[in-house]
Order: sequence, then structure tokens, then C-alpha cells
Amino acid sequence: MASVNLLSTKGVSKHYSGLMAVNDVDFELPHGQIRALIGPNGAGKTTFVGLLSGRIPATTGSVFFDGQEVTTLPAHRRMSLGMAYTFQITSVFSKLDVNENVALAARRVHAGNRAAVNEAIEQALLKVNLQDYRKQIAGDMSYGHQRLLEIAMGLAQSPKLFILDEPTQGLTATEVDAFKKLIKELSGETTILLIEHNMDVVMSTAEYITVLNFGEVLAEGTPAVIRNNDAVQAAYLGKG
Amino acid sequence: MRLDIRPALLHIIVIVALLGLYSVLPEYHSGNLARILVLAVYAMGFNILFGYTGLLSLGHALFFASGMYGLGLSIQFLGFTPIPAMFAGLVCALIVSTVVGFLALRTSGVAFMIVTLMFAQAGFLTVLAAGKYTRGDEGFVIQQPDRILLGIDLSAADNRYYFAAILFSICFLALWFVVRSGFGRTLVAIRENEERAQMLGYNVHRHKLLAVIISGVLAGCSGASYALLFGYAGATFATVQYSILPLLWVLVGGAGTTIGPLIGTVFMFYLIDFASEYTSAYMLVAGVVLIGVTLFAPQGLAGVLRKRLMPWLP
Repeated sequence: MASVNLLSTKGVSKHYSGLMAVNDVDFELPHGQIRALIGPNGAGKTTFVGLLSGRIPATTGSVFFDGQEVTTLPAHRRMSLGMAYTFQITSVFSKLDVNENVALAARRVHAGNRAAVNEAIEQALLKVNLQDYRKQIAGDMSYGHQRLLEIAMGLAQSPKLFILDEPTQGLTATEVDAFKKLIKELSGETTILLIEHNMDVVMSTAEYITVLNFGEVLAEGTPAVIRNNDAVQAAYLGKG
Repeated sequence: MRLDIRPALLHIIVIVALLGLYSVLPEYHSGNLARILVLAVYAMGFNILFGYTGLLSLGHALFFASGMYGLGLSIQFLGFTPIPAMFAGLVCALIVSTVVGFLALRTSGVAFMIVTLMFAQAGFLTVLAAGKYTRGDEGFVIQQPDRILLGIDLSAADNRYYFAAILFSICFLALWFVVRSGFGRTLVAIRENEERAQMLGYNVHRHKLLAVIISGVLAGCSGASYALLFGYAGATFATVQYSILPLLWVLVGGAGTTIGPLIGTVFMFYLIDFASEYTSAYMLVAGVVLIGVTLFAPQGLAGVLRKRLMPWLP
């Protein structure tokens, strides 16, 4: 049965000895959508995508990806099924050069096919505009460039689902604009799950928004609906 | 991108030089070099795990001794000729490294060091406990008639040297090939950032286990060849000292470089040889050199070369 949803969860929870970081979340992400996941600090956003990607094992509930249950699969198996993940705190191979960083991502997907690997590197670097930095050691680059490099590593895997955990954190205004443009270009190519604090980025890129608060889904809807949702405003601004 | 031929040239020059050296070196030094080349294979095996994968084992003597006793005991008690005996040594090292890798990789960092150390101690004690067969500390001699490989007498100095040089060359080229491959680069990725490697979809555990096995089999290959060439197997080779030595060689020579283990082994061998002429406290000299290297050239001699002169060094 071909599902319209690329990713879904049923009653997924993560409890840390009494603390319910994520509690009984049902979540559905259709193919091709750009979804933003927002919520106040500590709402459980990173934990939730940890459950999706397999970095964190779920206490209860199930995760389904691309037509199969992945709840018990380790993270690397989920990545090889077509997920890509960028960390909240930039995580690149800082002593290796840019080309090798992206090559490591591309090689896992196109193992043994050198031409395909080179093509994937080429395309990924071009999309984030780092093609002139190939020989640069990743750790020597500016923070913004390292973030872009990590995005390129995700793109080089041609993922079905691309999970980005606060990708614009620490970027300059120009870099944020370039990022928004990139996400729009990717729409249609891949499904994107974006955790983001920058509301300007969320409102201008996301087609649909899920709001988490205290580990539970507070609201879901289009940007216009979420903008006018009283519960969301209360969660962000505090109740009078 | 243009293919860089310098690494290939370097490897070929090293091999040709080693093969040619026998005829120009005095006997004393060619004898030393045969020993060094066999031990450098041990160091190269250690380097795959430590230098490329970033896993520090303190129990590699177990793998070295597995190869040594696999060969030695099968010659002594099963009447094996060198080729099947060599095979027996490699199989022993393969089995031992697979089991140790499987268990020890449930830990990481300092715990991994301690678990590997404990396994090696258990191995050493087993060699002593099985003294009836292994003759413990005293060890046993592998007689000259048992060391004839396809009609070539390996107890003769020239044959011994060429066997060592060819063995070294094969391992040297094979490892260069491995570290250039996707597999080798993934090991480096795991060393540099394990979590990122995993989140790129690599099975980190499987890669580490393979690295332990390759490393262990090379150590075993070195141990078996050592016994075959020098005609002796003893419990000394299973002691902690023999787990620390490859670490020393690789640190001094340059971890994570293909040429580093050879440089380190030659350097330390001759340093100790030279120092022991003057003092019985020759290990003190080795210690001082190690401290110096750690302070002033933490990437080892080949690491310094790579940083300053030869950035292409594989």
C-alpha cells in the first residue's frame, strides 16, 4: 500500500525517569512537504527528531518511514533508508577538507561508483555555494560556512527526508536569506522537516507547521493558521 | 581532479630500496632490518586501529602471540609445514581478534583500553598455564628443518631478509590500498567524528569490528612470521611490553600515515640498540624520546613531514 505519508509516528514517547520529554505524539508528514517544527525552548523538538532519526530510542510508540516500521532500527539503518540529518550543534569532520566531508556523505549512497560520487559532491557544493572551498579544512571555515557544509553533506545523500535541526542558528542575515532560497529550491525534490526558531524563516519557507509544547503537539496548520492560533501565542508569549 | 602519483612513487621507492638494501648493508644491520620489517608489519596492523580508526588497544600482544603460537604449536605438535602452519597462525589471530573485537567494542575510550589489556593478560596467563605445550617463559625453538618453505631455508640470513622484505611490501601496499579506499576513509571519519559518521548512515560498529580484525590478523601475521624466521616462540611476546611497543613505534613514526610505522620501528629499534651499548637503562632513553616526540611532534615523524613538506603523504 503506497502511503501519502513519508513519515509518521503513533503514540511516540520519550520519558527520562519521570520527565516526559516527548509524550504520546501522533505525527504525519506527507511526501514532498516542507514542514516546520516549532515550539518554545525545552518543548522537546530535538528529542522528537531524535526519535525519528533513531539517535534516541523511543520509550513507547512506533515510527514509520517510507512504508515500513523503523522503530527498532538503529540510526544508521534509518539514514540508509533515505533520511539525512543535520545537527543542532554543527557537526562536520573538522580536520578533513570540504570535499572529503561531502564525499563521505555521497560515498555511502553511491558506494563504488566514483562518477556518481563526484557528481553528487559537485551538485551539493553548488547548491550551497561552497564550490570554491573544496580544499579548505572544514574546521578552519567560518561558522556559517560549516553550517552550509553540513547541509551539503545532507544534500549529497539525495535524501527522501531531510531533517534540519535549527539550521539558521548563528547565520548572518545574508546567509539566512540564501538558506531560505535554498529550501525553496529544494521543495518538490525532497521532504523537509525543519526545526527552527527564526519565525521569519518558518513563515516564509514552511508549507505546514507543527507546534510542540511540553512534549505534546499543541497545534498544527498552515503558517496563517498557526500565526493566529491563540494557544500558540500563549505558549510563546506567556499567558497574561 | 588530476591523479597524484607521489604517494605511489613513495611506496614503490620504499619497496625497491628495501629489496636492494640487503646487498649493501653489513650483515649485522641486514639481520636487524629483517627483524624490524617483520615488527613493522605488527606496527602497521596496530596503526590501522589506532592511527586510522582512533581506537587504542593495549592488548595487541594477544594477536601477535596468537599468530606466533598458531604457527609454532602446529609445527611442533601437528607436524605442519610452513605454509599450513602460517595459515594456522592467521586463522588463530582471526578467531581471537573477532572474539575480542566483538566483546571489547561494547566499550569505548578508556574502557576499551582496559578490556583489551585484560584480554591480553588472560592470553599471557593462558600461555603460561599451558606450559606443558608452550614451555611458558622459556619458550621453544622451531628447528631449522621445520623452517624450509618450498625448498627455501628461512634460517639462512639472505632468505630471511627477503621473506621479511616481501612480506612487509605486500602489507605496506595492501594497507595503502585500504586507507585510500572508501572503507579506509570511513575509518578516518569514525576517528574524527563517530556520531556524524553514524548519522551519515555508516554502520560504525561493523567498521570498527572489521578494523579490529584486520589489525589483529596483521599482528598475527607478524607474530607467525617472526616465529618462522627467527625460530623461536616464547611467552615474552605475549606480555604487556609487546602490547606497548607497537604503540610506541606508531606514535614516534606517525599515527595515521602508511609510512609512519616503518619509520617508528626503525627509529626505536636503533635507538634502543644504540642506547643499550652505553647504559643498561636504555628504556629511559626510549622514554625521554617518547616524551620529546609527544611534546614537540605529537603527530610523529611522518606526521611532521606531512604537515611541513609533504601534505600528500597518505
